[in-house]
Amino acid sequence: MAEQAATDFRTIDTEPTGLRSIASDFSSDRQAFRNVSWGKAMMWIFLLSDTFVFSCFLISYMTARMSTTVPWPNASEVFALTIGGTSLPLLLIAIMTFVLISSSGTMAMAVNFGYRRDRRKTAILMLVTALLGATFVSMQAFEWTKLIHEGVRPWGNPWGAAQFGSSFFMITGFHGTHVTFGVIFLLVIARKVWRGDFDHERRGFFTSRKGRYESVEIMGLYWHFVDLVWVFIFAFFYLW
Amino acid sequence: MAQATAHAQGQQHPIKLYLVVWAWLFVLSACSYFVDYFQLQGLLRYSLIVLFMLLKAGLIVAIFMHMAWERLSLVYAILVPISAVLVFVAIMVLESDYTLLSRIVFFGPGA
Repeated sequence: MAEQAATDFRTIDTEPTGLRSIASDFSSDRQAFRNVSWGKAMMWIFLLSDTFVFSCFLISYMTARMSTTVPWPNASEVFALTIGGTSLPLLLIAIMTFVLISSSGTMAMAVNFGYRRDRRKTAILMLVTALLGATFVSMQAFEWTKLIHEGVRPWGNPWGAAQFGSSFFMITGFHGTHVTFGVIFLLVIARKVWRGDFDHERRGFFTSRKGRYESVEIMGLYWHFVDLVWVFIFAFFYLW
Repeated sequence: MAQATAHAQGQQHPIKLYLVVWAWLFVLSACSYFVDYFQLQGLLRYSLIVLFMLLKAGLIVAIFMHMAWERLSLVYAILVPISAVLVFVAIMVLESDYTLLSRIVFFGPGA
């Protein structure tokens, strides 16, 4: 036993770094992502696949916009809000961006308090995150309503290239759906935190696995991803 | 064992770090909004949009999603496949240039 322990220490001491560590992890003939729980690894791999889904949407939008001979509607004017007689470009979108970033901030802090096993603060911060997420979705619903009233349809709009509407509804619709599911996911995990599932290692009704505060971090990965996608949508669809 | 214990405790970072990143995300978002507000045009506009976008994405992935502290094999397994997207973008840029050219040549006025 003692000998084995000594060998283990030596392996840790001479652990390769950089690219060599990747080679040794993948060729180790055991769990490739060492010290990463399968839940977290699987969430990352799901997020990678989701990255490809949103990439395909944004690339198809790029292709439609680059190949059309009709001028593309000016997003700055389409999404402008008139307040007190002055027209402010992209105001609602800017507020939506700040709301989503704030929700990411509260989520990051919820994860942090989770690992400090502060049940109350974690649950409250998660509920604030869910509230900000719901605010974002309702502002998006307002924006959709406004655009539909102005005559934007997936097959045409009053300002220019017909593909504007289809790209807009497809991209923001999918993103809004992700936010909505994120809010539901947040409420489910926040309830578990509040009930003390992760303090008492209560088993999940579906997986029967012991509750751990890592669930909050995995939930956080999904939520930050939703914010991340919005960063790209904001840059390419609204600002470009 | 030392690593296993570290893992059991999870990611531990001071709250201040998250607040600083949060503030930076606000500043960068405000910057990208002002790109539109002041109606910057041309190469300056596009380079600033991409710059602010990449900085924001980097902060979110590295700090909020804790990628900066993850094991290198996981980081590479997630980030390297994304380069396929860039190849796809390059292919579709060429393809849409070709489509636009065909549309102008064959469907444009006087064609």
